[in-house]
Amino acid sequence: MSEAIFKADSVPVLAQGYRFQWEPAQDCNVLLYPEGMVKLNPAAGEILKRINDKKQTVAELIAELKVAFNGADLDDDVYQFLEEAHDNSWIRAE
Amino acid sequence: MTTAGSEQNKAPGSTGGATGMNVRDQIRQPLWLLAELTYSCPLQCPYCSNPMDFAKVKKELSTEEWISVFKQAREMGATQLGFSGGEPMTRPDLVELIKAARDLGFYTNLITSGVGLDSTKVAEFKEAGLDHIQVSFQASSEDLNNLIAGTDAFKHKIEMAKAVKANGYPMVLCFVTHRQNIDQIDEILDLCIELEADYVELATTQYYGWAMHNRDQLMPMKEQLNRAEAIAHRYQEEQKGKMKVYYVVPDYYEERPKACMNGWGNIFLTVTPDGTALPCHAARELPGMSLPNVKDMSVREIWEGSDDFNMFRGFEWMTEPCRSCDEKEKDFGGCRCQAFMLTGDATNADPVCSKSPHHHLIEEAVEAGRLESEKPVIEQKPLVFRNPKNSKQIAGK
Repeated sequence: MSEAIFKADSVPVLAQGYRFQWEPAQDCNVLLYPEGMVKLNPAAGEILKRINDKKQTVAELIAELKVAFNGADLDDDVYQFLEEAHDNSWIRAE
Repeated sequence: MTTAGSEQNKAPGSTGGATGMNVRDQIRQPLWLLAELTYSCPLQCPYCSNPMDFAKVKKELSTEEWISVFKQAREMGATQLGFSGGEPMTRPDLVELIKAARDLGFYTNLITSGVGLDSTKVAEFKEAGLDHIQVSFQASSEDLNNLIAGTDAFKHKIEMAKAVKANGYPMVLCFVTHRQNIDQIDEILDLCIELEADYVELATTQYYGWAMHNRDQLMPMKEQLNRAEAIAHRYQEEQKGKMKVYYVVPDYYEERPKACMNGWGNIFLTVTPDGTALPCHAARELPGMSLPNVKDMSVREIWEGSDDFNMFRGFEWMTEPCRSCDEKEKDFGGCRCQAFMLTGDATNADPVCSKSPHHHLIEEAVEAGRLESEKPVIEQKPLVFRNPKNSKQIAGK
């Protein structure tokens, strides 16, 4: 495993050329990029929607998700997703 | 790659639902709309995939007609819109079309040679909401480039590539390679590094339209490809994390055909300058096409109900060896246009496939290219450049 990109005070942002939006025809959130599309499952959509909405640290993002999801213990899942999303070049750390 | 599940109201953390566009179960949504705005082009590339008789097309769709096509396709689920041609920059309403498409929620791609593009225009496109610009080059050496493009366009292209980058777009460069420029692949890649390209696509010429006509003169040789591939891989390693290099092996040197258009009438919709809707940009040349037009029918009627779009959907239309082949769901029997051009029957297997009884035609085409390349230069067939004069002459025959 390579070293983690995202820490509590990192600010994740969408990578250049990526666009997040709700697609009625797909009935899900998607990421659009040059000549392609990624369909997001609800969980990935919840995280990326917040990354897209405003710049905030991972800690703030997790706090927001906890409020939305009844205080669920989701820290590890979020960190893991962010690393995967980074590996896929969807996001970068600012 | 994926982690936790995504039960309702449970923690996020899985990309389980993430897929590319190449999923067969998304059947029959035109996700990709290619808008060939015009056949006008200041270049004359001999490997152009436009039909040979393009000069016959006089009347292009109006701004309103294009926007109506965008709306209809968007309602059916299209997310990607490619502005292509010809050279889309020759349409005076391009900014308006970009803005309309972007407002509808499309991811907008401009596929341009860069001719006619200046930094003011790039800024205008940005303002209109254009998402992505791909600049295509003909070669890295100025002389060869001018020869291949038939015009003195090269210095300008470099300036344009810089303007694209300066406006905050990722720089996506596309080089169409063939026998006469593929030995310059290292120069091409050095140029890309110099331009700080983010993505480089090295695409071998595919033989449709004008390129088919010039196949003997464009066909690369096996030794050239081996060298080019080794160089491309070296740059891929060296440029990791900086510049992404895509190198596509030409299908004439493959054992299996490409999954052309991700399946006929599956995700791709092309609309040509005069409003003809096609399942792929080369399909106009197939026999028995009814060539529905967006001026006469809705996009939905065309996509769902037209004979053209249903012609090669599913697997029923297949002949052997495709019909009983266990790989048919992977490549759909390859390219219908290539099957027709080479075997005379569009339901045959793409002869690129080594299982095809017509595979020898591919080997013979490669051999014909070799024989042509070994002739003294003075005896070699000249390239036929894509221009209205040649179009009228050839189509008139």
